[in-house]
Amino acid sequence: MPKRTDIKSILIIGAGPIVIGQACEFDYSGTQATQALKEEGYRVILVNSNPATIMTDPELADATYIEPIIPEYVEAIIQKEKPDAILPTVGGQTALNLTMALHKLGILEKYNVQLIGAQVDAIDKAEDRERFKEAMDAIGIDTAQGGFVHSWKEAESQLHFMNFPIIIRPSFTMGGTGGSVAYNFDEFQELIENGLNASPITEVLMEESLLGWKEFELEVIRDTADNAIIICSIENIDPMGVHTGDSVTVAPAMTLTDKEYQKMRNWAILCLRTIGVETGGSNVQFAVNPKDGRMIVIEMNPRVSRSSALASKATGFPIAKIAAKLAVGYTLDELSNDITGKTLAAFEPTIDYIVTKVPRFDFEKFPSASGHLGVQMQSVGEVMSIGRTFRESLQKAFRSLEVGLDGLEPKPPAEGDPDLNRARSLDMSTLRYATSFRLLKVRQAFLEGQSIESVHKITGIDPWFLYQIKSLAEMRNDLDLLELKRNGFSDKQIGRYWGKSETQIRALRQKEKVFPSYKVVDTCAAEFEAETPYCYSTYDEENEIEPLIGKKVIILGGGPNRIGQGIEFDYCCVQAVFGLRDQGYKTIMVNCNPETVSTDFDLVDRLYFEPVTFEDVLNIVEFEKPDGVLVQFGGQTPLKIAQALSDAGVPIIGTSPENIDLAEDREKFGTILDKLKVVCPQYGTGRTLDEVVIVAEKIGFPVLARPSYVLGGRAMEIVYAKEQLIDYISRNADVTEGHPILIDEFLEDAFEFDVDALCDGESVHIGAVMQHIEEAGIHSGDSACVLPPYRITTEAMSEIIRITKALALELNVIGLINLQFAYKDGQVYVLEVNPRASRTVPFVSKATNVPLARIASQLATGSKLADMNLKPWDDINHVAVKEAVLPFNKFPEESIFLSPEMKSTGEVMGISNSLGESFRRASISAGNMIPNEGTVFLSVNNSDKLDVIPIARDLHEIGFNLVATSGTARELRQNGLQVDSIFKVGEGRPNIVDGIKNGEIDLVINTPMGAQARYDEESIGRTCIQKGIVAITTLSGAEAAVRAIRRAHLKIEVKSIQEYHF
Amino acid sequence: MRKKDSAILILKDGKTFYGFGLGQSGETIGEVCFNTGMSGYQEILTDPSYCRQIVTMTSPHIGNTGINPEDNESSRVQVAGFVIKEETSVPSNWRSTQSLDGYLKEQNIVGIQGVDTRALTRHIRDKGAMNGIISTLDFNLDRLKQKLSKALDMTGLDLAKEVTTQEHYAWSSLQASEQNNPHKVAAIDFGIKTNILRLLENHGCDVTVFPANITADEILNFNPDGVFLSNGPGDPAAVTYAIETVQSLLGKKPIFGICLGHQILALALGAKTFKLKFGHRGINHPVKNIDSGKVEITSQNHGFAVDLDSLPKNVIPTHLNLNDNTNAGIRCNELNAFSVQYHPESSPGPHDSQYLFNRFIEMMKP
Repeated sequence: MPKRTDIKSILIIGAGPIVIGQACEFDYSGTQATQALKEEGYRVILVNSNPATIMTDPELADATYIEPIIPEYVEAIIQKEKPDAILPTVGGQTALNLTMALHKLGILEKYNVQLIGAQVDAIDKAEDRERFKEAMDAIGIDTAQGGFVHSWKEAESQLHFMNFPIIIRPSFTMGGTGGSVAYNFDEFQELIENGLNASPITEVLMEESLLGWKEFELEVIRDTADNAIIICSIENIDPMGVHTGDSVTVAPAMTLTDKEYQKMRNWAILCLRTIGVETGGSNVQFAVNPKDGRMIVIEMNPRVSRSSALASKATGFPIAKIAAKLAVGYTLDELSNDITGKTLAAFEPTIDYIVTKVPRFDFEKFPSASGHLGVQMQSVGEVMSIGRTFRESLQKAFRSLEVGLDGLEPKPPAEGDPDLNRARSLDMSTLRYATSFRLLKVRQAFLEGQSIESVHKITGIDPWFLYQIKSLAEMRNDLDLLELKRNGFSDKQIGRYWGKSETQIRALRQKEKVFPSYKVVDTCAAEFEAETPYCYSTYDEENEIEPLIGKKVIILGGGPNRIGQGIEFDYCCVQAVFGLRDQGYKTIMVNCNPETVSTDFDLVDRLYFEPVTFEDVLNIVEFEKPDGVLVQFGGQTPLKIAQALSDAGVPIIGTSPENIDLAEDREKFGTILDKLKVVCPQYGTGRTLDEVVIVAEKIGFPVLARPSYVLGGRAMEIVYAKEQLIDYISRNADVTEGHPILIDEFLEDAFEFDVDALCDGESVHIGAVMQHIEEAGIHSGDSACVLPPYRITTEAMSEIIRITKALALELNVIGLINLQFAYKDGQVYVLEVNPRASRTVPFVSKATNVPLARIASQLATGSKLADMNLKPWDDINHVAVKEAVLPFNKFPEESIFLSPEMKSTGEVMGISNSLGESFRRASISAGNMIPNEGTVFLSVNNSDKLDVIPIARDLHEIGFNLVATSGTARELRQNGLQVDSIFKVGEGRPNIVDGIKNGEIDLVINTPMGAQARYDEESIGRTCIQKGIVAITTLSGAEAAVRAIRRAHLKIEVKSIQEYHF
Repeated sequence: MRKKDSAILILKDGKTFYGFGLGQSGETIGEVCFNTGMSGYQEILTDPSYCRQIVTMTSPHIGNTGINPEDNESSRVQVAGFVIKEETSVPSNWRSTQSLDGYLKEQNIVGIQGVDTRALTRHIRDKGAMNGIISTLDFNLDRLKQKLSKALDMTGLDLAKEVTTQEHYAWSSLQASEQNNPHKVAAIDFGIKTNILRLLENHGCDVTVFPANITADEILNFNPDGVFLSNGPGDPAAVTYAIETVQSLLGKKPIFGICLGHQILALALGAKTFKLKFGHRGINHPVKNIDSGKVEITSQNHGFAVDLDSLPKNVIPTHLNLNDNTNAGIRCNELNAFSVQYHPESSPGPHDSQYLFNRFIEMMKP
């Protein structure tokens, strides 16, 4: 069937901010879908609150709304744009949930919008556990026995259909200990009763134990003619019990016979038919009992997913793009396979390499997390790697992770680096638990002489995988260079075994002509010739590609997402590709993150899906001999290796690595600042406790303390007094042993500003000046920021711009530079200078409609700002607010107070003509549903006592009831406000936590009061997260919230980004 | 040669690959072809259609699930040789009873591993399937090439006679006899795969398997409800006796053919066959059912194909291979015969096309 002509415009729903469990894979799928539908001539309308996405680039859709993805705003968009259809299947769970809400509210019906891709009933059937199970039962597909029960009676009757052991999981117990196992009736009785008590909704899930079962996934695509194909099979190395997003996974499935695989395939297709997924991609998850092969379906997702992004990258089959085309009526045999160009999309990819995905965790950011993996996803990113054997692929994946590993082995003994020392000692007693680096422990177990059988028994990992890891463990004694390279060993690893340096091994490889060969991802295992630009390295015999001909630039990507480095840098890399392409360069991308747009093989002239390490990048550079390599867009990942690459003769273009690093060298940088008459906070360094204390006292408390070598604000703390400093040093002793501690003057209550600018070495263009809502001291990635600033003097603004220009020119920046400033008592201080792409670049680009990263890439290849005629940044009539999205709901034991250490996973943007309205939208998009009325709880520290009064008064005047703990209440009362008192935790009952639990509090304003109140504050914070109550922890945040509340009852007006700018 | 190299593969055009031994040591000659399936190596090894072929698997890890007693497609390994990237010495599957390497040794099959199978596949794709020799004993290139030069080309070879049953036999018809009015099927064995027999049985057939050189009279005397023409190796045009047999049966009994059986039926109907450059071997081939318009993902294994342009007027093409637009199925309504080039019995491969067995059953209904 050709495409549908009865629909002309389609609304695509994006996935919103990056959160744990929903990352930039939905930018990849959304971008593909948008492009695919535009290509077919449809008017594409897009809603996504995440400004860091490629899909919200104003050039992509016809109308782009950066608005909250909730029914009220989407209804306003529908009302205005009158789309004929909605595509709900490319925006993750967010889009599906919104679609169901629109349906339930009658909005779809009211505006006569139809769904394409998946219908309401299919979504409901797939999402509703009970309905799904019933549907599967009806067609003879086995599912796990069990179900939800709400009473002992229900549990008892459910027991008749089940065998012990039984997993018992209370519902909605934040931070609960997870599942418990009942092996007999007595235990069962006890655990059910405890579980029902523990669950706030008196609900317990009873489930058949699938411990030790193998887990698989199939990615399926179906079209309107009922053609169904499997794109990819994926096998989890970790057995059942670990969220698939947290598992190490392999494609294709390694341990299934054809008989089992075909049964799985039949069930997957039958499942789609039965659930009624008419068109598009779905993923079906299976568990298989390794003892007897019993297979069950665990769940299916009627939409594209993280796994489908992985499957697309693993096979070369663009699932989201094809799914979008199928949604408008095409059938698979009408679409071509872009990779071969000769065959059709109606086929099943077959691959002749092994793909391994390894998740990346940031547990060190969340000290309260146990580090044990379970059914709730905790990883913040992932890497994928390709090799001709599983072993090669696995080693490449581990060195792609950028956690200091050079392959599948623990960190090397580093000279005096205590942080590495800590990671190096593997706690073998935890081998039985799924943890982030369990495979390292598995390897260690083999080195310690354990057998495959015993490790299998302990871990439940399939013996086939164990054998491969055992081979790797034993291979370190191998002396054959080629053999080691074929097994994925890095030059660093080999160097370590042979007592040589990485460079020496590289030289040895050159002498022995041991070079990587590049092979191609072609969807068909070489059966057809492919014009594909998608390559990977291996050490197999034949190299099958030639270097690209013509002017070419390599762009180094950002590797795995992590807290502090995410989609923003992928956005910049992709923009750099656009910029260079416009200038006639061939573009080459090197990256290893399967979630991203940058690893879409459609994007560039050639994609190397490779670890972004010195060795792997230099191999590519030596092979391609590019005209330039760009390192300033991919965050820390390329910067870490920039100097080494440059030293090896790689032509780095743009700002030189020396100048990028200059800002890190306090002494040299201090000289520059003095020369330019730029003020920065006082600083000093101490190596011993006494030294540190002396330095701190000289500067004067409060100070900002941090270990010298830690990045991303880790272990950084604001210290108010000597005792706290001593405590800080003792707590971080193992981090700091032998390392100096850096002490900076902390500018309390200063305003903080962020600037992004472009420089070509001759002139400077200010991208934007932004003002943070939270005061200085909170990591810029975690604070909300406003463009243009909302409270700044002309003098301060000119000084900020003067410093930006002077520093950019002094550092000879060619491309992007980001600066952070503080402003206090009439003085502008420089806090940080980063001559590279920053996290705020996409936000600024969306807010001002100047594609900074794109231009920066052109400056790097010699273009001049003078020839570009860029619009001044402040020539705008709107206010844009960026708000951070924090993962505290995944780490319920964590303190919710913001600090100098970044913890946010993503960001959203609110845009409108006023600060209050933009902040309101940004807050909603970030999941902070600021109430319009009700009761507000206030508890502030002494320095905030005076400033909280106008906020309390505003809230009172808007109609809020005020509740406060005794101290704050007294202050407010004597200022003429009516306030109810409430107990602190420990003062008596009912206390504030009881109040929040009982739904008596609608908003919490609680500024941190230091260590003694920590317990109170943390239990308040936890309870707020559990109950979905907004807890504001800064007064500036509270002020902004008041502005947002004032906008509550106004009619929602929406404007597309295109309308804002054109 | 690397120090670990202990096996060699030379193609007729001189292209040489080194690796190390898999299975039995020795020498073997056959037509080197590749299969792109990611599962089903046991079924492939035991499929008689691979007679005199050295099969290369494009999937790099082979042998992961070992060998089990149930998944054989015939009583022995049929391939002439096996080329893979890597075998495992720790197979893992609850049905596995032995390793691939052990099985190949037991069956006296010479193989080679450690080969850049992608390079080999690309070579065959570009140059076409050709004879090759694997040796683990003799590494003298000239001697090996000389041995290779004596080997016959696939075109013109009747290999069905090498793999067919010597005597006719009744396929265990326990299930079928329990059913009412089982369909009596005569299956002509050109190298029949066990799963075809299983599926016929499951569809209510009482199957008797006859040798390839059975005459039409013998079949007619047996008086089946339908005749099944099996898959098999070699050049269909060389199986002249079977073509004649089928010609005599046409119109007298419903006929269903698979793979070589399809080609023999086409030849009997007056069409021509030709050798494909490197054949179709895998389990991901899209075939369009021209009647329904639906796409089936099919299991394929053939080096020859029916020439679409040569089909007589009374023969309708029913299925089309979407990869290269070659014929994948025909039907002759007036003579009550149909056949497909691919493997609806799969094993290995998807089960999308099993409806064809129902069609055969329908044809046999009085």
